[in-house]
Amino acid sequence: MDMFALYNYWVVIFLMMTGFYVVIASGNLVKKIIGLNLFQASVFILYISMGKVSGGAAPILRETVQTYSNPLPHVLILTAIVVGVATTALGLALVVRIKEAYGTTEEDEIHSQDESL
Amino acid sequence: MNELINIVLLGLLVITALAAIRLHDLFAVTIMFGIYSLLAAAVFVVLDAVDVAFTEAAVGVGISTILMLATIGLVGRQEKPPAHRSLLPLVVVAVTGAALIYGTFDMPHFAAPDAPIQQHVAPRYLEQSPSEIGIPNVVTAVLASYRGYDTLGELTVIFTAGIGVLALLGLRRRRSRLADSPEEEP
Amino acid sequence: MRDNPVLRVVTKITIPIILLFSLYVQFHGDYGPGGGFQAGVIFAAAFILYALVFGTQAVRIVVSPSILRLLTASGLLLFAGVGTVTMLLGGHYLDYDTLAQNPLLGQHLGIFLVELGVGITVAAVMITVFLAFAGRRD
Repeated sequence: MDMFALYNYWVVIFLMMTGFYVVIASGNLVKKIIGLNLFQASVFILYISMGKVSGGAAPILRETVQTYSNPLPHVLILTAIVVGVATTALGLALVVRIKEAYGTTEEDEIHSQDESL
Repeated sequence: MNELINIVLLGLLVITALAAIRLHDLFAVTIMFGIYSLLAAAVFVVLDAVDVAFTEAAVGVGISTILMLATIGLVGRQEKPPAHRSLLPLVVVAVTGAALIYGTFDMPHFAAPDAPIQQHVAPRYLEQSPSEIGIPNVVTAVLASYRGYDTLGELTVIFTAGIGVLALLGLRRRRSRLADSPEEEP
Repeated sequence: MRDNPVLRVVTKITIPIILLFSLYVQFHGDYGPGGGFQAGVIFAAAFILYALVFGTQAVRIVVSPSILRLLTASGLLLFAGVGTVTMLLGGHYLDYDTLAQNPLLGQHLGIFLVELGVGITVAAVMITVFLAFAGRRD
């Protein structure tokens, strides 16, 4: 029974690892950024599931509720989501400029163009 | 019932993530990412994080997906199939995953009410918030008042990203893209 | 896409509803889920929808790049300005208790202004970023 109480975390770690795999194994820059976003989204799920209290409710104070889920991870992840989209926007802008400068978005072709300079 | 919803959502998330690895058409990968974000927002609702679900649905499915689609429209939508075997990334990913799973054995059970994270600061915010701030949404109270500095920093990060995109891409319409010109003026 | 009458009409109907919803989310962030970030993104989504259906040139007529620059900076200025005002009124930086006679009222006012600043900057930045990407191939 001890193991099954943690399976939630293990599934989320598996999702994090798929995102991580996309980042390190793909050659295309846009796919790397998409993988980074997948990684980020699963980290958010990990944090939020750490803040959940069984039997609790959403942290909006009202008369009928006794226990609330922890509001602190929510605040942290709210900030993290928005910072994540800011990073993604900047990364994608860089990819557009790289494509215009090198003519390709594949990592190995960019390396070979750099080395042949 | 809650467990069943949880299991179904996590299963769909796993399928979507695996599909995003296997596909080589970037348009399809972007749509998989949009589906992943929406399922993550549903998971957040099940985990009682309604503010976060709102933000993830708006930002992840809306803005991130739109920006990726715009980028694919500018750079091309086919990914070259990988040239070499992917054994080393698999090994790195497996080792990292194993280390993280080993780390979770020390964690308290999922949703345990007596976990250390629920003990110190969170009960103080939940109890003192009506008398110190007086608004029902504790997440907004913490975000804007108790942790206002962090929100100021976050706003500065968004501002900087906006300036960065302006510096890289610019808003001025250009006549031709051939002379990729020094007239980058935001 | 502006040749398609269904898209045109439905867009013209839904854009005001989206804008209204974003204002609702902004100002009711104290009483339910919501707040500055979500409201800013939804506000930007209305403009992005307009740009998708009617073209980026049409959006530039509605909200020009100089207005966007101004809005981006003024939201952040509002947030930092609230902090400076509280310091000038004798409290710490971002100590909203000093903004009104009653500390609770001061907190309400402070949170209102701060979330407004957040909403303005987030909306302006999202529209700017989208126009920068979408206008790249004009």
